[in-house]
Amino acid sequence: MTAALRWIMPHPFLTLILTIVWTLLQNDISAGMVVFGLILGIIIPWSTSIWWPDTPKSFKLGKMFTYSLIVMWDIMVANVQVAWIVLTRPNSKLRPAWVIVPLELRQPEAITILAGTITLTPGTVSADLSDEGHSLLVHALDTDDPDAVRDEIKHRYERRLKEIFA
Amino acid sequence: MSVELLATFATGIALLIGAVFTLVGAIGLLKFDDSMTRLHAPTKVGTVGVGSLLLASVFHSLALGEHSYHELLIMAFLFVTAPISANFIAKVNIHKQSCQVPPAPPSDDTWSTLDVPEADRVAFEDKAG
Repeated sequence: MTAALRWIMPHPFLTLILTIVWTLLQNDISAGMVVFGLILGIIIPWSTSIWWPDTPKSFKLGKMFTYSLIVMWDIMVANVQVAWIVLTRPNSKLRPAWVIVPLELRQPEAITILAGTITLTPGTVSADLSDEGHSLLVHALDTDDPDAVRDEIKHRYERRLKEIFA
Repeated sequence: MSVELLATFATGIALLIGAVFTLVGAIGLLKFDDSMTRLHAPTKVGTVGVGSLLLASVFHSLALGEHSYHELLIMAFLFVTAPISANFIAKVNIHKQSCQVPPAPPSDDTWSTLDVPEADRVAFEDKAG
């Protein structure tokens, strides 16, 4: 039974997301559209599953939800901070720095989410990954202590992502 | 106070916040003088600036008595794609060495952008020089 279900829905979350996206695109919730979205949500992951051989072993949706809320809040707080820097700090007093974040995460999906989070949070942009994928290169707009930025990223985001994908 | 009035006020406030952050992003793009620091300005506009303008659109549709949630999709797609374009611009900057050369990674050989075959590296430097 589970094997059959796994064959029909290789990526259950993708099925869910596609259904939601289809319903939102219609901008109108009706039973027919939800069913059609569900059909698309099953056919698309099924027909593209050979290009997605690995799925994350586990994924905690509840923890992901709190994580997104924390990220939203951080984006708003940091936006105000960066706006303040842009408006008041002269270029000569700006202290941009490269920050290297050694990664404990190994799953590509988790690293992608971490890099995306870092870029979306104003003040830091993730620039590159090392060739073996063991560290992340981050550019900080203005910092007096690159180590503190690294520790904050590790403590605030990477620790939570490890729990989500653990 | 009616719901329509509240939604109208919310629309106005959201528009104002979005406009201010978009303006700040544009000022930052003009003001900064280094290609890497300049990259920071548009990523900010992409999040709170556009997000707030889209929120205004949702409030406006509520004020008119229609319900529109297209904007959530726009926001979701923006949040997924904005980091990728920023990452590509950063990679170009590192490649062209138009910024400070990043320090070597602690555990691996080099950064993946700098990890090009020897032959390509020579050709690139010839073109640049």
